[in-house]
Amino acid sequence: MYAQMVETGVKQVKDRADMDAQEAAFMQQIDAEDKIEPQSWMPDAYRKTLVRQISQHAHSEIIGMQPEGNWLTRAPTLKRKLQLAAKIQDECGHGLYLYSAAETLGTSRAQMLDDLHTGKAKYSSIFNYPTLSWADIGAVGWLVDGAAIVNQVMLQRTSYGPYARAMVRICKEESFHQRQGYELLLTMMQQGTQAQKDMVQDSINRLWWPSLMMFGPTDDESPNSAQSMAWKIKRKGNDEIRQQFIDQTIPQLEVLGCTVPDPDLKWNEETGHYDYGTIDWAEFFAVIKGNGPCNKQRLARKVQAHENGAWVREAAIAYADKQANIKSQQSNTNKVA
Amino acid sequence: MNKTDWPLYEVFIRSRHGLSHKHVGSVHAADETMAMENARELYTRRNEGTSIWVVDSNAICASAPEQKDAMFTSPVEKIYRHPSFYQLPASVDKM
Ligand SMILES: [Fe+2]
Ligand SMILES: [Fe+2]
Repeated sequence: MYAQMVETGVKQVKDRADMDAQEAAFMQQIDAEDKIEPQSWMPDAYRKTLVRQISQHAHSEIIGMQPEGNWLTRAPTLKRKLQLAAKIQDECGHGLYLYSAAETLGTSRAQMLDDLHTGKAKYSSIFNYPTLSWADIGAVGWLVDGAAIVNQVMLQRTSYGPYARAMVRICKEESFHQRQGYELLLTMMQQGTQAQKDMVQDSINRLWWPSLMMFGPTDDESPNSAQSMAWKIKRKGNDEIRQQFIDQTIPQLEVLGCTVPDPDLKWNEETGHYDYGTIDWAEFFAVIKGNGPCNKQRLARKVQAHENGAWVREAAIAYADKQANIKSQQSNTNKVA
Repeated sequence: MNKTDWPLYEVFIRSRHGLSHKHVGSVHAADETMAMENARELYTRRNEGTSIWVVDSNAICASAPEQKDAMFTSPVEKIYRHPSFYQLPASVDKM
């Protein structure tokens, strides 16, 4: 998802019998659906897992602005340009809500940014794919934000209070993202030329599988998912939410009059779900390791923006210091008088 | 590269007239003026508010979780502070 394969630092899920009184009390709180708050006691591994997950989620929101920003100056109408600018601004806001939530765990904004810029921290694999046509802007809103919504709705019930509250705020804003994307594609399909319709189908062909990969590999391959579920950081398995996404997306695909590039996709009357083909996990792991189509470009652009902004940050601090000095001198003068 | 963060401000928003300001999150800023601008930009993009407070996070004094019992349990015992404690005849029980 926006946070994929988050390391929990555990070799196996900790047995309750091995817990001291403090940790047992913590687990009782989790079981009772009490939120864990910044000042509450928490196991070190829980804290570290959350910092990894929330910062990875934040980085995804921030890097995710790049593929969309790519089309901002080439939007076909002023209306579409304003909509896209508003969406991108929301994503930046999502990143900031999430950085704030992570900071309540004792890390700093500067540290998290440094980890991103040096390649130590990850962000979602999906943002390492290029946006090659205007239709990609629609497909990203519909599929990528659509997949994110399924994950984020689940995370509104995550056990850490500040993360859950950030998710509630984010979910309120996401629906607009998905609807504007879908409406964009629908307009192209209903009013567009054949070339524009082909553009939509081509975009779905390229983004369908990477969107399914966003949910991460099947859970049973590592203890991380099981531990995250025990802590109620995650509330549902990767395959479960992937299936949920597919089931809700295919009827929307049919309204568009498009197809997905999966010959095995078909409705299964017995299970009440869509069956789908095998995901190319080799591609997923290659992208995660840094070898996707745009990894280098995305990170370089982020670092460049940060460095180009350095003088602004310095000037703002210098100005704030100067104003504070003037203020304290004035209050001293007042005291003397 | 400067690795220290700008000061942190907590953001409170009054969503409608007649309601109290409510904590919505936080922003980093070089000073109060910028904190106000950032809060406006981050937390009120969709008519969420009619008024914003930004408060230096260091200025907030919070109760500690381990004080929870000492601070909050006694009122639970004082059930006579609640109207339902007082049994009245049905004819006057709307009181
Ligand atoms: Fe977002
Ligand atoms: Fe979004």
